[in-house]
Amino acid sequence: MVTALDNDITDIKADNIGDFTFPERNKFDAGFGVSPRTVDYISDVKNDPDWIREFRHKALEIFNSKPMPTHWATKDLDNIHFEEFRYYLSDGQKPKRSWDEVPEDVKRTFERLGIPEQERKFLAGVEAQYDSEAAYSNVKKVLEDQGVIFVNSTEGLHKYPEIFRPWFGKVIPTSDNKFSALNSAVFSGGSFIYVPKGVKVSHPLQAYFRINSEQFGQFERTLIIADEGSEIMYMEGCTAPKFETSTLHSAVVELVAMKGAKIQYVTVQNWSSNVFNLVTKRGIAHEDAEVRWIDCNIGSRLTMKYPGVIMKGKRARGEVISIALANSGQHQDTGAKMIHLADDTTSNVVWKSISIGEGRSTYRGQVHIPKHLKGCKNNTECDALLINSSSRTDTYPAISVKGNKHATQHEASVSQVSEDQIFYLMQRGLTEAEAMSLSVNGFINDLVKEFPMEYSVELKRLIDLEMEGSVG
Amino acid sequence: MSLVIENLTAQIPDRQILNGLNLTINPGEVHAIMGPNGSGKSTLSKVLSGHSDYEVTAGTVTLDGQNILDLEVDARARTGLFLAFQYPHEIPGVSNANFLRAALKARLPEGEDIDAVAFYKQLYTRMDQLEMDRSFTGRSVNEGFSGGEKKRNEILQLMMLEPKYAILDETDSGLDIDALKVVARGVNAMRSESRGFLLITHYQRLLDYIQPDIVHVLMDGQIVLTGGKDLALKLEEKGYDWVKDEVLATA
Repeated sequence: MVTALDNDITDIKADNIGDFTFPERNKFDAGFGVSPRTVDYISDVKNDPDWIREFRHKALEIFNSKPMPTHWATKDLDNIHFEEFRYYLSDGQKPKRSWDEVPEDVKRTFERLGIPEQERKFLAGVEAQYDSEAAYSNVKKVLEDQGVIFVNSTEGLHKYPEIFRPWFGKVIPTSDNKFSALNSAVFSGGSFIYVPKGVKVSHPLQAYFRINSEQFGQFERTLIIADEGSEIMYMEGCTAPKFETSTLHSAVVELVAMKGAKIQYVTVQNWSSNVFNLVTKRGIAHEDAEVRWIDCNIGSRLTMKYPGVIMKGKRARGEVISIALANSGQHQDTGAKMIHLADDTTSNVVWKSISIGEGRSTYRGQVHIPKHLKGCKNNTECDALLINSSSRTDTYPAISVKGNKHATQHEASVSQVSEDQIFYLMQRGLTEAEAMSLSVNGFINDLVKEFPMEYSVELKRLIDLEMEGSVG
Repeated sequence: MSLVIENLTAQIPDRQILNGLNLTINPGEVHAIMGPNGSGKSTLSKVLSGHSDYEVTAGTVTLDGQNILDLEVDARARTGLFLAFQYPHEIPGVSNANFLRAALKARLPEGEDIDAVAFYKQLYTRMDQLEMDRSFTGRSVNEGFSGGEKKRNEILQLMMLEPKYAILDETDSGLDIDALKVVARGVNAMRSESRGFLLITHYQRLLDYIQPDIVHVLMDGQIVLTGGKDLALKLEEKGYDWVKDEVLATA
């Protein structure tokens, strides 16, 4: 169906997305830039309780007071012009485009990744949402029977304030960084999940299953609480490139694993190469609890993401498994934060990056073990693979271990696929690109195994696509 | 229909290594090339397979009538040329089975895939012939393999890819006698009217187990002497100096 709205934006092109004019008949549009008025507008539209409205205003002040972290991070951040973005558009009013307007190369990629027809339209921004009602209804029933709450964050804070409020903004304080403050001021969308004591959710939960209007917002806010002894896996994103209309994404994800609980959070993201993806993710692991971040970052102009685990209780465990793929024009600045706050806590970081062409990958890691603790262990492995001579990687590990009753281990390597290896593979009949793809897939194979099956298959195909044209 | 090498001349930046080499391998024949260190034996295998370290300055190589010197390494391989490496490379994270599937798939028209059931049936048959444990299918290509295991793995690839012409570069080096017998059995199983072999070796020992039809002696980048399998025995007995004298005498 072609609506008047479609006609108004037919001039959207891939190279000026995010720069289109929007018809005034939009019911909920906070306009350009972010100000106290923007925050009030969002709070009005979303019918926020007063505490959230105050939370947002305070966050905006913090956001404005904080400088860009360019003293340690890339200067490219200075190219973000906050006044040029829209911070809230209500769903249904989001820009839509027709299938014909989706660039050919994006369509081709969908085709070759074998993305189902219906899903392609959603990913291309043609449809606001992937209709997975059928798949969802079964999951929903099972979850309800177990007392699991799985709603969007707005619904969460309205309906379940007694669970939501004590933890919201507690794992990641608003003032953690400039972008967590921005998210706190204008957040909408994202998931709220509560898993009751002892419940082990057998299916991984995905935002796909949650039918709501804001599942892929720019400023998502996700809070997952796993009560004592419970287990949950959450999956976010997919390997297909998302054809984005807005170029600033700043999510905040907070995880709370109570005593003996286990949370695994799996992310595979493939952003279009004009996106700034500045994400804050952190979990708290109480006694005997475990938080695992399994993370794959592909695409984007700049991704800054350092999933963290605060091991607050004895014998808590934290893990980050991270894959980054940076092609020309892309910078993956990723890593992990491991904060040990109790005895006998264990953390593990395995990070692998692949830089192609002029792509750049950066590892930043923080490990903190204070002096008064004992029996803490950290293992950090960083391996970077450079495909071309113009590819780049940097490693910035910050390991602060005090006291002598701990074990830490840090290994880092930078390698290239050797010419002899390529010669060997090509002598068996593989083209140079196939040889390179196979080598790269081999490089990350041990980490890919950590991803759920459907993701790992897609990841392999995606790497094949990324490697095309990177050699020779 | 044969692998025809004519006047092949090749160099690395500051040194000529092949000096107008001539050799014709017909299907069904097993040729052995022997020669002292530095005679150009391994260079020949690399030049034929298209390694970029070497520049061909003169000569032609045709495989069943097709000029292969203009082809990339992979295209040469797909026309039916196989090289069993002296030092097989390790491919971390890529399982033997996946590697072989990828190599076989590369020979199919685009979009077609190999039949997995038939593939594994064939793979297991070949591995049994080479006395390789089934666990090798899941292990990364050559990673952590012993010298002998790597050489067996080369022959396994040869058996799976079924090339028209196979070059074996010092396949016997680093093998104990039992492993040598197993490898030789694999190669002998692949001998056929439609396949030609070129064995590059330093020692006569290999030729006790893989009997060649024709033996050549390579010196200073040229084939200086050609004979039957008794030539190898004579070399073993008398050494390469004898050839030098012989060649000088006839020159």
